[in-house]
Amino acid sequence: MNAEPRILRTQAEETLALEFAAARTQLPGSPAIAAARENAFAAFQKQGLPHRRTEAWRYTDLRALLRTVPPLAIGPTAETSTLADPLPGLDRARLVVVDGSFRPELSDLAGIDGVTIRPLVDLLQEGDARIGLQVASLNDAMVSLNSALMLGGVAIEVPAGVRIERAIEIAHVTTSAVASHVRNLVTVGDDASVRILETHVGPAGSAYQANIVTEATAGHRAKVVWAKLQSEGDASVHLGTLAVTIGTETAFDHLTLMIGAAISRSQTFVTYSGENARAGLFGATMLRGKQHADIALSVDHAVPNGASRELFKAVMDGRSEGVFQGRIIVRPDAQKTDGRMMTQGLLLSEDASFFVKPELEIFADDVQCAHGATSGEIDEDILFYLLSRGLPRAEAETLLVTAFLAEAIEGLGDEAIGEAFEQISRNWLAARGQEAA
Amino acid sequence: MLEIKNLHASIDGKEILRGVDLIVPTGEVHAIMGPNGSGKSTLSYVLSGRDGYDVTDGEILFDGKDIVEMPAEERASAGVFLAFQYPLEIPGVATMTFLKAAMNAQRKARGEAELTTPDFMRRVKTAAEKLNVTQEMLRRPLNVGFSGGEKKRNEILQMALLEPKLAVLDETDSGLDIDALRVVSEGVNALRDPGRSMLVITHYQRLLDHIVPDKVHVMSAGRIVRTGGPELALELEAKGYADYAGEAA
Repeated sequence: MNAEPRILRTQAEETLALEFAAARTQLPGSPAIAAARENAFAAFQKQGLPHRRTEAWRYTDLRALLRTVPPLAIGPTAETSTLADPLPGLDRARLVVVDGSFRPELSDLAGIDGVTIRPLVDLLQEGDARIGLQVASLNDAMVSLNSALMLGGVAIEVPAGVRIERAIEIAHVTTSAVASHVRNLVTVGDDASVRILETHVGPAGSAYQANIVTEATAGHRAKVVWAKLQSEGDASVHLGTLAVTIGTETAFDHLTLMIGAAISRSQTFVTYSGENARAGLFGATMLRGKQHADIALSVDHAVPNGASRELFKAVMDGRSEGVFQGRIIVRPDAQKTDGRMMTQGLLLSEDASFFVKPELEIFADDVQCAHGATSGEIDEDILFYLLSRGLPRAEAETLLVTAFLAEAIEGLGDEAIGEAFEQISRNWLAARGQEAA
Repeated sequence: MLEIKNLHASIDGKEILRGVDLIVPTGEVHAIMGPNGSGKSTLSYVLSGRDGYDVTDGEILFDGKDIVEMPAEERASAGVFLAFQYPLEIPGVATMTFLKAAMNAQRKARGEAELTTPDFMRRVKTAAEKLNVTQEMLRRPLNVGFSGGEKKRNEILQMALLEPKLAVLDETDSGLDIDALRVVSEGVNALRDPGRSMLVITHYQRLLDHIVPDKVHVMSAGRIVRTGGPELALELEAKGYADYAGEAA
């Protein structure tokens, strides 16, 4: 009577298996990459889509949320983007990735002399050993799926000692209802300095799915400012992962702004490989309607004398759901680690929810680690103070919410990028005010 | 200017104001004194339109018009100003940003043009100098890290810039030392004007040494129980509120 153990797959998982079987021989890469793809897909199949019982994905149940998957984006499309610039007025070089493929002819590489830009496809063909290195130990199903199906993206290399003032944007654009798996590689050499922007846009109403994995290393004494803007189309799914290793005395400041997509998750994994490095990790999330946005953070203090600061703010309206999972690991050798994490949620509606899960895993004894989380509504006393001075309610709320988010946005410490991102928050609030009027 | 008739108000079903009658003619400064719990602060909130207070009976006539149903922001634009007993700290909102937003919101509501930046800066500079409000304070987030005296001076600065027709000063003397009290009082006195009425709410007589009122009202158990001239404040200082405690019980 022993029944054969049977793996139940969802419709989406079945589709992915068929797609991988059909695409595997056409996907770009050396034999080593092809073998890595097979292993990665096997790893994905073993886990399946993350679900409620997958601890790291507990609040974003993709098995339930991803009923179907749209067709895979294969190769560069002829279409050029007509989508509006998400950061008007912000000076930067642009590397445009359309439907998963790098499009040099749409890109602007001025002002970044000394930096090497290559299509990731070239590195896949060469079997570049850096591909997959930063994500090798993540054991994350969606990263594995990306490793199996990754198509293109860009490789940015900032050689040692090169300091670039002009920001470099990796602009991810989706044009139709496809599933794209993008891989980027960013290598910042010792003593180098760079400002990276990562943007994600797509058409409204289109049920596309974007899965982007970026692997990065920042060398010793490097200075990296990295800002991500997720303003995907309102019916899309966004899954973004950044895995970065930082060296000795490196300063890494990162900001995630989440405003788009129906379902989104942004994962950031930071590993310290050298002492006296400092990471600042900031986030600002703005949600309305039935949006769901999940920020997952993992900071791995593997060596002594590292410092990390995390400040994540989320504003939720309508029936939206915000999620923050923040993990700080202090390995046994990582004495004198100084880590401080704060999460604050502001609920603008009674139907909105905010889920917060701080996780501190501390194995060293001489460390300072603190975390805090708050969640609440707009303070009625403060609101009345503003009303009593004549500010209309919508304007008063806008002022308070802008100030609430600004603290996280300004944490990045980059004035130009901060101003551009604050403008996005003001626009979001202005649109909210108009809806209320 | 202000005429309150038989005003009853409650919070969470508990009646605090039990038939307040009060008239403050244009250009006059009236003081309301009374023991703790007599309803003085509630009256200031009800006048300024704070949510959560139910006016169950009576009228508040401001310039002859009943404002009971008017939201707080509209009352402000119509010329009602409340100087808070405990001014709120608002992290992330620069004092200058707040002042400009408030002034322009009121101008907009009255159909006036917004202030140009130079005009705004000039007005703030002039008013701030009179109140010893430094440029450094103006650059800080609103009231954040301000001392008690700085917060109260900032309230009077807002009053000077917003030029209300009716200013309600709720326990403006609380938490002030003698020097701060003098600066704040001088600021208030400078704003006395034939076109402006003031209602000064205080527990102690000492504020009225500096801001001499035209009339003093005693509030107890949610009603005005006695009205007199400035000498009434001195009498209360000498005898205390014991005579009125019975009514508060």
